[in-house]
Amino acid sequence: MTLKKKEHLELYRQMVLIRRIEQRAAELYQEGLIGGFLHLYIGQEAVSTGIVSLRKPVDRVITAYRDHGVAINCGISAKEVMAELLGKATGISKGRGGSMHMADVSKNYWGGHAIVGAHLPLAAGMALGDQYNGNDGVTICMFGDGATNIGFFHEAVNLSKVWDLPVLWICENNQYGMGTTVKRASAVEQMRQKAEGYNIPNARCEDGMDILKVREAVEPALEHVRSGKGPFFLEIMTYRFEGHSMGDPERYREKDEVQTWEKTDPIGVYNRYLVKQEIATKANLDKVETDAEAEVVEAIEFAIESPEPALDTLHDYTYVEAA
Amino acid sequence: MPAITMRQAISDALWEEMERDEKVFIMGEEVGVWGGTYAVTKGFYDHFGEKRVRDAPIAEAVIVGAGIGAALVGLRPISELMTINFAFVAMDHIVNEAPKLHAMFGGQMKVPLVIRAVSGGGRQLGATHSQTPDAIFAHFPGLTVIAPGTPADAKGLLKSAIRSDNPVLFIENALLYQARGEVPEGEHLVPIGESKVQREGSDVTLVSYSSMLQTSLKAAEQLEKEGISVEVVDLRCLRPLDMGPVVESFKKTNRAVIAEEGWGSYGVGSEVATRLYEEAFDYVDAPIKRVNQQEVPLPYNRALEHSALPQLADVVAAVKEVL
Repeated sequence: MTLKKKEHLELYRQMVLIRRIEQRAAELYQEGLIGGFLHLYIGQEAVSTGIVSLRKPVDRVITAYRDHGVAINCGISAKEVMAELLGKATGISKGRGGSMHMADVSKNYWGGHAIVGAHLPLAAGMALGDQYNGNDGVTICMFGDGATNIGFFHEAVNLSKVWDLPVLWICENNQYGMGTTVKRASAVEQMRQKAEGYNIPNARCEDGMDILKVREAVEPALEHVRSGKGPFFLEIMTYRFEGHSMGDPERYREKDEVQTWEKTDPIGVYNRYLVKQEIATKANLDKVETDAEAEVVEAIEFAIESPEPALDTLHDYTYVEAA
Repeated sequence: MPAITMRQAISDALWEEMERDEKVFIMGEEVGVWGGTYAVTKGFYDHFGEKRVRDAPIAEAVIVGAGIGAALVGLRPISELMTINFAFVAMDHIVNEAPKLHAMFGGQMKVPLVIRAVSGGGRQLGATHSQTPDAIFAHFPGLTVIAPGTPADAKGLLKSAIRSDNPVLFIENALLYQARGEVPEGEHLVPIGESKVQREGSDVTLVSYSSMLQTSLKAAEQLEKEGISVEVVDLRCLRPLDMGPVVESFKKTNRAVIAEEGWGSYGVGSEVATRLYEEAFDYVDAPIKRVNQQEVPLPYNRALEHSALPQLADVVAAVKEVL
């Protein structure tokens, strides 16, 4: 699908906005304003931005705990993301979820799940719901390479084929499960080989640092599922520039490796493409970056000024109150 | 009122709710073509079809996890675990996903899921298939845990569970399937979270639930012949736990025995006894006694198994001890 200039700029905007949010979040974490775990999406922005740009409103999106980027792509505002990171009542999950648990059901974005692989069975069930009701939505389920080694993955992926569920499995292979390389954790080199074992059509996008290549890979995969042919498995190669989470000493990889990958920074790649193809001017892109910076500054102010959840709401949402 | 078996009462509840609401469906191991390993869903497959009575692979995590996913998108799944001993391989989804999602995302998600599971020993199934681990599940806020001891309660509570917007673990007991009792005809609903006095008495409060309710009622009958008046209180739900009728009874009798089939350490009896001490300490005339299973992995040998499980004589002896 060819994109218009406006659409390109929107995708670029999302990627830059995610990058700025993550960079500022790292600072706020160091300052102690953000607690818990913080997993940054820096380096992987092209993946979720490319995927979500192709989904229709009926398509459900669910992901793992590296979820701020997907949240932005699904239309959650920078303010709601920042406020959630700061644990405020105005956060997208009302300050009860934090970094790893952001969702906006009204936008068909189902989170943000922190137990590795545990959301795959949920995705199978959501797809089952759509199949059961005769809806034509696709459930897009994203997870890391590390999740393909856990039992939940195998139970969910197997069932999706047995029941021909409308689910698109997307493995974001950033080559490390925390600090353990794929080679040291997985018996097979390519994660898609595991889908092959369950007789699920699959593909691998070798360059997840290029958003257009991500989109090229996602489009037919999504179409496959949408046309009623059952599940599809797409592996997308990518790289995270930061540690697994804040405070990761990164003893498991060389600085050179990170620096090499940084040359393929997805934002830089896209920026150069847009300028070279004369789709956008440098000035256009600079403005996007300035605007994103301003949006994040505003979001941080909003988050800082937002109220904490009232202590007398502690027990709210433990159970759904009977109507 | 006709007297029917517990099996029939549970089967009727499922049948009626499936007839009432098309969103209700069953999935699990051997629930369909086989008719249920305890014959609870016999005839369902032929009547409701494979869409609503779904035979699943032996993969409990996805049986529960997909149930959660389908519940999130508006269905009312019943995930059947053949026995509660298999719940351990689905533990994350039962205790770490289903009860958390509503709270963790600030009330955006609801999980109207029922998980059915058979608990209890006494059938020479050995250590891994004979446990009564009910208390473990009652530990988790957000989960509802129901364990009825009569056919009428089984029917009425299961129907309420299916209509509840919260995730429910519905615990059945294989040795109770043949127990008979009167069940009101027509629409019969029992509210969740209400303990009930099943037999009135004045000397000792005997608290129990599920299989031990039947044993307790027999003990009360036997003790009556010896001039001891026992009030039997049935918890019916382990979470939320309704201490009202228990405390009220205890204030009258000043003596209590708690009988449960599971192990005593950290168990239901420990919880009930503690709450009695907390809420009615001034009424205590004797140390509260617990009757439980011996603290061993349950042996296969019939005599050994029998000696490990709490028996009628143990309950009778405990009541006499607190007098």
